[in-house]
Amino acid sequence: MTTTMPLSKAITAGLRKAMEDDDKVVLIGEDIGKLGGVFRVTEGLQKDFGDQRVIDAPLAESGIVGTSIGMAIRGYRPVVEIQFDAFIFPAYDQIVTQVAKLHARTHGHENIPMVIRVPYGGGIGSPEHHSESPEAVFAHHAGLRIISPSTPHDAYWMIQDAIRSDDPVMFFEPKRRYWMRGDVDIDQRGAQTHAAQVVREGTDLTLVSYGPLMPTAQDVVEAKAEEGASIELIDLRSLSPIDFDTIEASVKRTGRLVVAHEAAVFLGLGAEIAARITERCFFHLEAPVLRAGGFHIPYPPSKLESHHLPDLDRILDAVDRALAY
Amino acid sequence: MIQMLTPEGERVSSGEYDVFAAELTTEDLFAFYRDMVLVRRVDAEGNALQRQGQLGLWAPLLGQEAAQIGLGRALRKQDFVFPTYREHGLAWTRGIDPTELLGMFRGQTHGGWDPQANRFHTYTIVIGSQVLHATGYAMGIQMDGDVGTGDADRDAIAVACFGDGASSQGDVSEGLTFAGAFNAPVLFYCQNNQWAISEPTNVQTPVPLNQRGRGFGVPGIRVDGNDVLATYAVARASADSIRAGNGPLLIEAFTYRMGAHTTADDPTKYRSDAETEAWAAKDPILRLRRHLEKQGIAEGEFAAVDTEADEMAARIRAACVAMEPPAPEAMWKHVYAEPHALVDEERDAYLAYLASFEGAEETV
Repeated sequence: MTTTMPLSKAITAGLRKAMEDDDKVVLIGEDIGKLGGVFRVTEGLQKDFGDQRVIDAPLAESGIVGTSIGMAIRGYRPVVEIQFDAFIFPAYDQIVTQVAKLHARTHGHENIPMVIRVPYGGGIGSPEHHSESPEAVFAHHAGLRIISPSTPHDAYWMIQDAIRSDDPVMFFEPKRRYWMRGDVDIDQRGAQTHAAQVVREGTDLTLVSYGPLMPTAQDVVEAKAEEGASIELIDLRSLSPIDFDTIEASVKRTGRLVVAHEAAVFLGLGAEIAARITERCFFHLEAPVLRAGGFHIPYPPSKLESHHLPDLDRILDAVDRALAY
Repeated sequence: MIQMLTPEGERVSSGEYDVFAAELTTEDLFAFYRDMVLVRRVDAEGNALQRQGQLGLWAPLLGQEAAQIGLGRALRKQDFVFPTYREHGLAWTRGIDPTELLGMFRGQTHGGWDPQANRFHTYTIVIGSQVLHATGYAMGIQMDGDVGTGDADRDAIAVACFGDGASSQGDVSEGLTFAGAFNAPVLFYCQNNQWAISEPTNVQTPVPLNQRGRGFGVPGIRVDGNDVLATYAVARASADSIRAGNGPLLIEAFTYRMGAHTTADDPTKYRSDAETEAWAAKDPILRLRRHLEKQGIAEGEFAAVDTEADEMAARIRAACVAMEPPAPEAMWKHVYAEPHALVDEERDAYLAYLASFEGAEETV
């Protein structure tokens, strides 16, 4: 059965399904109860599942993540909502020192099956700390899995996969696409969560992106098609681990690769992809791997963010430079 | 400060807590004595093994035996303890074999025992973090309905261990916040051993630590942490209250770290011999021994415990020095619970690299 809904409501539906399937699933975060979260992703869930399973937490991110670890040790599957991307840093210690490492520290005796939902990215005209893309900061830490859907369909299925996983999963939600509508097939799941997906086949260049930039990347593909260039578009979906095999297979056909993300280019996921694909595809590459992304600056005030965020033209610029080699 | 045994081993009344002491027979007290002697021996062995190069580091327990044995013996099987890295006495009461601790300080593992088996979590080195885990676990107890039922074998509490130094960590305050807000069945157990490495408690706070929870809705009490009868009785009373659903409590066990912070520390740089000697006179084992002597325990019974300690020391020493370094592939074994392509790729590449050296000498 296929239903059309916005991405945010697809996450709501996925959360609801996970809570129906497993009564150990509990949600915790700031304002997620009666209000349904500042983006209304948990709307209606406290009413239906009660305040023991949809918990309004004190305003303390480290406390939210730290107590969720304790609940996981007790046998629960906590799903944490971080209100905005850059509010996560008070919890950074608990995430990287405890969440990521407890399974290894206990020699596998203990699983920490928790999900940390993070609305991320810019483009919504917000004040400081509401528009950041810290995914690479967390991807650097072993023990965490990091995924980011770009469509309502993936959002519905991937949030359920995240909750079912016995590993801790950070679920990065492209907040400026929360209201983007799309078809959700609630019977057919499609690609596995940790597989990258070729969403458009092409022959001249591979464009890799994920999360909030995927619609922009689609526009790039259309624009280049009008000019007669055939771009293969890959939605990364899983940011840790990264499905390098799918990218490699594509680049071996196209010979060119551009990676686009909102996060800073410097030490961003594009850097890791460039290094690995260069190693794997050295004799197939017709051009260096190029990247389009944010600058090495604090996220700018919203009146300047259009200069910082890679848009259609910035990505096209990188694509054209790669094609010109 | 609640005290039930003076440093001279005299029993003194402590009002509401006397009822818990009255339940204890002389045999029970002698069992506490045995616990303390044995864990002190584990501690001495840890120091010696480090000095002999068998351990990378050791964090001495010396002086805090009563603070830990009293609490540990007041808990029930279904309770869950979240320790720091100096909880060797509590580990003993929860059935963790001392060789597990030695293996960790030797660098064999970062922990490794099954926390669920004895409801004793792995040591936490980033102090304060575990207070939130205990609080969250207690919230889970509450969600399970395992508090306030009146069934002594079911109602459970979580214990958040921390020290005077960790009390300054934000996570401790956040733990108190959550515990207060949710009325979670958690016991905050602060061992104030007077020193956070080189910083005395007055660097952390001008207010006694037993008052720390007040603003969070977590009442606190100070107990003589060198008096095992008092730590037992106060922990029992507090645990019973929390178990009954009356909400979180805080105990400050007022004690002293007689040894160094770790074997890498030099306490002569920051504290006086006079101070250490004054605390030595309040030794937890000596005072219970004096008390038990007055109760008629014979010299031979004390000597038997010493013999047992010698035998245990020989056993754990032999087990420690026999530990071989883990195989390299152990590093990759539990990074994730589910298969992970990058971990597999890096492990396979490194093992192939190692294998490439096999037989190298013969071919050179």
